[in-house]
Amino acid sequence: MSAAAEERGARAPWALTAPALMLFVGVLLIPLAMTVMLSFHDWGQYKGIEPVFILKNWREIATDPYYAEMFWRTFRIAILTTLLTALLGAPEAYILNRMSGRWKSFFLLVILGPLLISVVARTLGWALLFGGNNGLVNKLLMSLGAIRSPIPFMFTETGMVVALAHVMMPFMVLSVWAALQRLDPQIENAAMSLGAGPVTIIRRIIMPQIMPGVLSGAIIVFSLSASAFATPAIIGGRRLKVAATLAYDEFLNTLNWPLGAAVATLLLVALVLIVVGSNALIERRYAEVFR
Amino acid sequence: MRRNGPLALIFHTIFVIVMVAPILVVCLVAFTPEGFLSLPTNGFSLRWFRTIANYPEFIHAFWVSLGLGALSSFVALLFAVPAALAIARYRFRGRDALAALFLSPLMIPHVVLGIAFLRFFTSAGLGGSFAALIIAHVIIVFPFALRLTLAAATGMDRTVEMAAVSLGAGGWTLFRRVTLPLILPGVISGWALAFIQSFDDLTMTVFLAAPGTETLPVRMFLYIQDNIDPLVTSVSACVIAVTMTALILLDRFYGLDRVLAGKGDTGR
Repeated sequence: MSAAAEERGARAPWALTAPALMLFVGVLLIPLAMTVMLSFHDWGQYKGIEPVFILKNWREIATDPYYAEMFWRTFRIAILTTLLTALLGAPEAYILNRMSGRWKSFFLLVILGPLLISVVARTLGWALLFGGNNGLVNKLLMSLGAIRSPIPFMFTETGMVVALAHVMMPFMVLSVWAALQRLDPQIENAAMSLGAGPVTIIRRIIMPQIMPGVLSGAIIVFSLSASAFATPAIIGGRRLKVAATLAYDEFLNTLNWPLGAAVATLLLVALVLIVVGSNALIERRYAEVFR
Repeated sequence: MRRNGPLALIFHTIFVIVMVAPILVVCLVAFTPEGFLSLPTNGFSLRWFRTIANYPEFIHAFWVSLGLGALSSFVALLFAVPAALAIARYRFRGRDALAALFLSPLMIPHVVLGIAFLRFFTSAGLGGSFAALIIAHVIIVFPFALRLTLAAATGMDRTVEMAAVSLGAGGWTLFRRVTLPLILPGVISGWALAFIQSFDDLTMTVFLAAPGTETLPVRMFLYIQDNIDPLVTSVSACVIAVTMTALILLDRFYGLDRVLAGKGDTGR
């Protein structure tokens, strides 16, 4: 390659990415920085937003137990949702993986397809199924004798966790599925030939190998659940607030933008720390699997 | 490999039923002949689909969503295609950081993006405008447009391009006549996936939409907040139908399994 071509080669990638880079700096990084700034501004019912630098909003979040309770609820729901998707999604991915070709791709489509269907429509489906104390889910559970009296699903954390787990399930199945593709079926056969029973095989052979998939699925599900808006808003109603719905209220109902910005910034920072931290932990713990 | 036992198959059946049930129930209730929420036990009726015609705000919102999805996905590709070519072909300093930046909208909660865009566009005097919605949607669909284009550009056979260059093609002609047709399946699927993401987004859009620029998910959400009746189920059934159409398009051009598997890595 001549010197001129090399010179051109060095500049070409920057010329090609420059428009996208300018777009991202202009309308992503700057707005995010403005939001962090906004959280330090003052606000009053009559004076509106005052561009000063104070810690009022952050102090309010730190001291008012309402916010601690709300963030605790947000993360509790996200943790329960993550556990539920892991407990059900991992076995399902394993079962799917053992199916024969045509059934495998059909059911994979059925389970992953909802990922692309409107969250509003999916949550509406759960609202219909829960529907008060004599909704379909309760009728079914009672006729099966699983429960005596109806479980309240609407406007409760139980309902939110069930609906969120449904919305997030495809991410978990996908993630475990990806881990299963890296698994050598011969190891399972080898264990069997050495006399291992099904329980031992699952516990000693399968589990350790798909664990990275379960954990990376868990990170995805956790961060999406903790910042979910549509499902908590529709199932939880106006009373049961999580971080995203509270921020929405501060912005569009109370109009206390600085406080809403502080809630959003805290959510973002907490999630980034949790995701980056657990990614690092998983990669260190399972370094050999990712190689 | 061992086969699934009866217990595994029972688990699987229940699992699939639970996954499909909420979507199925919405589509079924949409066909109810009754005036209230109920499964259509006494025959099917298109009554609630006809009722949509009496709600011009839903129809207007549908066109807003359709236009917004189509346009923002197209604009995103205008930025994403050159960026994907650069990332696929050159090893340059800052390449990984750039790729991470371009995929970052996947990692930032949409509620945070909604707030950031609301603040930004209001200060810019564009609050509630269609232009603001387009720009915001370009950002959130960009990673999807980039990923599929990137996959196509990485897997592309460069020898055809070299042949074209040896025959004297260069610059724009090379791109338009050789490169673009070769990566077109990836570009079209990138557009379709981006369209679906834009068409379905609620969390970010709910912050930006104003009366007149409300998208269908926003309109549906605001309606559900007040009351749930068969009307929203028939609207939802229409939304599901549009998504299905885009899905079939994706499957034809690209293979749905590849799209979904690719999406999994980046869902974090």
